[in-house]
Amino acid sequence: MSIKSKALIRAEKLLPGNQDFTSITDDIAGVPEQKKTPIQWWLLFGLSLSLLSIFVGSVGFLIWEGTGIWGINNPVFWGWAIINFVWWVGIGHAGTLISAILHLFRQNWRNAINRFAETMTLFAVICALVFPGIHVGRIWVAYWFLPLPNQMGMWPNMRSPLIWDFFAVFTYFTVSLLFWYTGLIPDLATLRDRAKGLKKKVYGFFALGWRGGNRQWQHYELAYLVLAGISTPLVLSVHSVVSSDFATSVIPGWHTTIFPPYFVAGAIYSGFGMVMTLSIIARKVYNLGHIITVEHLDKMAQIMLLTGCMVGYAYSMEFFVAWYSGNPYESFAFVNRALGPYWWGYWAMIFCNVVVPQFFWFEKYRRHIPFLFITSILVNIGMWFERFVIVVITLHRDFMPGAWAMYNPTMWDVAIYLGTFGLFFTGFLLFLRFLPMVSIAEAKLVLPESDPHHGDSHE
Amino acid sequence: MQEIPKPITSLTWDNAALISMKVAKKLNIKNGQMLEISVGDNTINIPAFITPGQNQKSITLELGYGRKFNGRIGNEVGFNVYPLRSSDSPSFILNGSIKVLNETYPLASTQDHHGLEDDKYAAPGFDDLANKEAQSRIPELVKQSTFDYYKDNPDWVQKKVEQHKPDKNRSWADHSMYNPDWDYSKGPQWGMSIDLTSCTSCNACSIACQSENNIPVVGKQQVMNGREMHWIRIDNYFAGDPDNPEVSTQSVACVHCELAPCESVCPVAATTHSSDGVNQMTYNRCLGTRYCANNCPYKVRKFNFYNYTKDLPEVVQMAMNPDVSIRFRGVMEKCTYCYQRISSARITAENEGREIKDGDFQVACQQSCPADAIKFGDINDPNSEVSKAKRRNRDYALLAHLGTAPRTTYLAKIRNQNPMLVSKSQNGSYQ
Repeated sequence: MSIKSKALIRAEKLLPGNQDFTSITDDIAGVPEQKKTPIQWWLLFGLSLSLLSIFVGSVGFLIWEGTGIWGINNPVFWGWAIINFVWWVGIGHAGTLISAILHLFRQNWRNAINRFAETMTLFAVICALVFPGIHVGRIWVAYWFLPLPNQMGMWPNMRSPLIWDFFAVFTYFTVSLLFWYTGLIPDLATLRDRAKGLKKKVYGFFALGWRGGNRQWQHYELAYLVLAGISTPLVLSVHSVVSSDFATSVIPGWHTTIFPPYFVAGAIYSGFGMVMTLSIIARKVYNLGHIITVEHLDKMAQIMLLTGCMVGYAYSMEFFVAWYSGNPYESFAFVNRALGPYWWGYWAMIFCNVVVPQFFWFEKYRRHIPFLFITSILVNIGMWFERFVIVVITLHRDFMPGAWAMYNPTMWDVAIYLGTFGLFFTGFLLFLRFLPMVSIAEAKLVLPESDPHHGDSHE
Repeated sequence: MQEIPKPITSLTWDNAALISMKVAKKLNIKNGQMLEISVGDNTINIPAFITPGQNQKSITLELGYGRKFNGRIGNEVGFNVYPLRSSDSPSFILNGSIKVLNETYPLASTQDHHGLEDDKYAAPGFDDLANKEAQSRIPELVKQSTFDYYKDNPDWVQKKVEQHKPDKNRSWADHSMYNPDWDYSKGPQWGMSIDLTSCTSCNACSIACQSENNIPVVGKQQVMNGREMHWIRIDNYFAGDPDNPEVSTQSVACVHCELAPCESVCPVAATTHSSDGVNQMTYNRCLGTRYCANNCPYKVRKFNFYNYTKDLPEVVQMAMNPDVSIRFRGVMEKCTYCYQRISSARITAENEGREIKDGDFQVACQQSCPADAIKFGDINDPNSEVSKAKRRNRDYALLAHLGTAPRTTYLAKIRNQNPMLVSKSQNGSYQ
């Protein structure tokens, strides 16, 4: 079998049925061009908007009243806000991984899901960025994080991991936004060419005069490649830096060198979980099963299996090191995770992050869509609990038993967390309504017709 | 005063009927469970609090609570136990009886682990795992020995200290994020020594600190949320037989680490070191990320979760110490070594054209300590009280293995118990 025919077979698997350039454009561009918005969209949008109003209300109350409305106390000074921050940043990881790293490795199967994943990244990072802003005691001076020259002669403390964190996440957001927008330009031009009136003007404005000429494509490909190259180290750096918020501290259970790779693996794991959840819903609602195929879901499940095993390894390694170090404080921190009063949080994490992905060894489960859907949600529940374990269980019992205490979240913790779903889904649904959810230009790349040697393959 | 934790129980705001663990087990009484106590025709209802060391044949009640006309911090606080008291037996009542009621009452204790065993009878957070671990940490945190042992091995504390000394020659010492490159050999350098042998855990230091430093009273609900603001607290640890335990107490305030973990993590450099070695908080720079408090191994930093001083009556506002700023919502605060007193002593000394000398001033906790357990002064002056205390062979630093180089150190506790009163579980052999 020649190489080309292998490619053909793969293309048929990724885009089954008799599809060509026109049908792909019609299918994908057809969604934002719908005259009548589907009723399901309105239902979901209404739900998202009500969650968003909960978010706005509870953040307003937080600013008015103070962080005392949360369950945080002494010694658990960080609670759900930081858990949610790390969780959302983690979810935001898959986007750039799929777009940048898989692009550099020429994994064309990513073409059906990359737009999705990048958009998800953008909104997830926005949700994440909300938390460092609102969790501080004096929100009105949160801009002091920024190295702005000022009359006070004050400068941020560059030794603080929170400053590194702030820069890492903002850099990630900026590059992700540029990457997302660059990839969107040819598709915006497609929509412009198919639209009329005001829509044509708006899409046209954002399409930056794209005509699809040969030279434009050359520049575009190069720009995209450069952005992919810039983004790739960011995928690894963002969560490494987030993990240093914990790893550079002296607290037993935080003070570990394993955190950066372990956080990155966990982040990719949860990011793929979220992409899976969203793409299963979208392909169902918009009948795009022939573009986001079972093959794509299978591949994502394989990555989840890999990263799930990596976090499982990290969990066991943490216990090994705690025991091997002979440090009684360290050992207790880990025993307390598994057997202390929050044991359920620890075992929920182990079940969702280590046990559940083991089913993905079997192809049957990797292609079973309801199973995948439930699993992808469990993955993100598990990853939320991982951050709960790290933040709350570590802090509630550290060095001085005289200061130990329990932590109980309040309704405001829950409200703000649920509220960020409102923020996320409102943004995401607007994206689904007005922009092509799959990259039209890139989906065509896996068609046999886009292979320059396609004509030669009649053997 | 309502919010000062009572010695041993660490209870605030309410009084309770202190009962022994054995009685609690026998009658299936949980912490905070209401009891009906009757003496003759008089009965009162009061919540139970399981207290280590309480004699199993007795209940301790405190007078003075449950008042009706006592302003906003006195009304409806605690339970009036006067009905049980008669002129025949004003202090001890011999013929009381109790009935366990089927309701509970929330009690606010500042320390979460008093049970010695059996978490069934304890509030959440008192579980066996925590108790066992807390007990195993006592010899590390509250170093102690019997008098006899100390007589034979006067240098045992220093041998322990030597074991846990961080190795200054290790490569990380040069690259430490916590290294401020400051020469501490010049000028007055402030330090403190707390003698655990003299300390009786009376909490006078805590209340003195509160009134000196304008520390807000946060109320019962906030204490239950674990948000009490005391800059100096007393930790109580119990070991051995719950009815006759060995009690180790320790007052903990900010120890003013020379290599402070809190300083390096603050994103806006709101907590920094002064040239005289005091770890300081700049309130109006603090934006309240609370990272410093998370990274404090001693957990002595306190956060203003709400604007606690907003509704203070004018007369209380006027009672505040004018030398200490009132902290607004959202900033961190902690022991300053009474820096206002240091400054005023320095200014006086400068006006008189001399150096500050030992005994020019006392810090609030030191001044109020009835046992004179706290010494404060210039550690660069070899003749100061604090330097003398720190030269004693019982001197050790809390959690020294972390390499934080604290300015407050402790003098180990030496027990000299009457052998007739010592039970088997109290052998005091911690070293």
